[in-house]
Amino acid sequence: MPILARRRAINGAFRALSSLALAAVVGPAAWIVIGVVASAVPHWKWSVLTTPTQGASGGLEGAILGTLVIVVGVGIVAGGIGILTGVHLAETSRVRRDGRPGGGLLRGASEVLSGFPSIVLGYVGYVALVVGLHWQFSLLAALIVLSVMVLPYIAKATEVALRQVPTSYREGAEALGMRTGFTLRRIVLKAALPGIATGVLVGLAIAVGETAPLLYTAGWSPANPKAALIHQPIGYLTYPVWTFYDYPSAAAHQLSYDAALLLVVLVVALLAVARVIVWRSQRHS
Amino acid sequence: MTTADRSPGVPPATLVLAAQRAGRKLTTTAKRAVHFLLRHEDSAWVWAARTAAVVPLVALVLLITVLAWKAWPAIEVNGLGFLTHSKWDTGNLYGAVTKTHGVSHPAGASYGAWPLIAGTLESSGIALVIALPVSIGAAFAMTERMPRAVSRVIGFFVELLAGVPSVIIGLWGALTLGPLLARDVYPIIARHAPQVPVLRYLRGPTGVGEGLLTSSVVLALMIVPIIAATTRDLLKQVPDLPKEGARALGMTDWEVARRVTLPWVKTGVVGATVLGLGRALGETMAVAMVTGVVLGSTARNVYGTMTTIAATIVSQLDASFTDATGFAVRTLAEAALVLAVITLLVNVGARLLVRRSAGTALPVGRGI
Repeated sequence: MPILARRRAINGAFRALSSLALAAVVGPAAWIVIGVVASAVPHWKWSVLTTPTQGASGGLEGAILGTLVIVVGVGIVAGGIGILTGVHLAETSRVRRDGRPGGGLLRGASEVLSGFPSIVLGYVGYVALVVGLHWQFSLLAALIVLSVMVLPYIAKATEVALRQVPTSYREGAEALGMRTGFTLRRIVLKAALPGIATGVLVGLAIAVGETAPLLYTAGWSPANPKAALIHQPIGYLTYPVWTFYDYPSAAAHQLSYDAALLLVVLVVALLAVARVIVWRSQRHS
Repeated sequence: MTTADRSPGVPPATLVLAAQRAGRKLTTTAKRAVHFLLRHEDSAWVWAARTAAVVPLVALVLLITVLAWKAWPAIEVNGLGFLTHSKWDTGNLYGAVTKTHGVSHPAGASYGAWPLIAGTLESSGIALVIALPVSIGAAFAMTERMPRAVSRVIGFFVELLAGVPSVIIGLWGALTLGPLLARDVYPIIARHAPQVPVLRYLRGPTGVGEGLLTSSVVLALMIVPIIAATTRDLLKQVPDLPKEGARALGMTDWEVARRVTLPWVKTGVVGATVLGLGRALGETMAVAMVTGVVLGSTARNVYGTMTTIAATIVSQLDASFTDATGFAVRTLAEAALVLAVITLLVNVGARLLVRRSAGTALPVGRGI
């Protein structure tokens, strides 16, 4: 084969294979989402939203409310601590002598924490909080474990967003005689808000989809969440998917797919809002 | 504060007046607090941020301490054999309780985690072999010029794959993908695989779709977004000039990718791959739903049922409660410690590798 033809053939193969690889990523993603929707929609009843779970049938009211309570709680705990951690890593940590950002140990700890397997986190939560502190399966244990899990995501997103705020903003504010704290609150954080919001939303999307740590900390309850931080188990949407999918009854399967559909809707909504925020901020700048 | 407040001889005020004064006092205090905070805003920020930033470090230290402390009795009883032998026996839960090294456990309890460790490494390794070429190919395809709408849709689906809860991927793997592969794909591979080392594990009975290869495929799907998204971002950072120069010399797309672009991003891609490996090692739900969770033996061939450390921890939870001595719970803690050590080594390794040579940090996240 002449050399030019061979190079063309190899190039063609490269382009074809890389398109195929892209299809191998997009295809299953679409397949999973469409599969869940197609399995849940034919038997979908709106009463699922307002009926409590009875055994492996009924509705998902308790699980839906429980998931919402957990998401709001994680948003407050992990959001608050995560954003402040990001502020420290990007703004208030001392700059090292060679000009690189400081806070190396703390940043490293946060990054390593993000690689910690969620099941191990859940297990430690179970051993230390549920059993060790006698909290039993409870909302507080679930909130702490999930918050520790998504904290690094939010901290990293905040740090990256703050670093993208031009230094000239800070210099301008300083030249006008503004205090550092005021500059941070009114100028730097404001400019970084879209990035931070996106990070928090992605973190919440991850929290919504978690199962393993919740099995060990939240337990499961078919009833609506009680106004108690400890001693009361709480329901969440991933539990029916994991537990009911291999039950022999059709009602259990349907409930499993209903919960899966609700989860997909929730995650897509969170990611979509994050996307919209990014687009809008890009259009403005 | 008014002067009347301070003088001792004020006439007794009515209840309303007292309430008003208390209210005024409260607002003054609140106002003062806000003023104080604003006056010291700089240091308030610094201290709040500093305190918060210590939380991840404290959490990490606490996690490892609690795990090691809880697992220690099990480590003493199970010994080094925990890492190498294969028997998983809870002992007689209703019989006599014996003591070894002062730790009580059911008679005959014997735990060997080798199948778990081997299963974890095997499934993640195969997942990596599948995911790496797919991710790099997809990343190149994503950086191609294409209509904006198309690239947005593709970007959203990659993000979605990263964000879909792992139970849902497991549900799909267990009910849709596994049976399909076992019916239409595995028999063909098993029939045509050559009888040579390594590849001969592709031969043999193909099962019903629960097992090692199905787990690996599912894991590969879950780590592709991490590697693909990181590689795509790295590819976008490659400066245009060397690429244009190479093209001006008459190089084809493949040659530019091979000679210019890939060497440029190599370290970052390796780091992202190792990061993906870390995620695959710790993944629980999806694997627990498609491996069959068989304790006590490793997979005979790539289609065989098996289990991983994470899948075992989640599926043995209920069973371990029945051990009144608590030894089963301690043994699971030991397994969790092994998993934590493996994933932490992988994670720290990836970050050190990338930081030392590339100067940029790896992403924290799942490729969203």
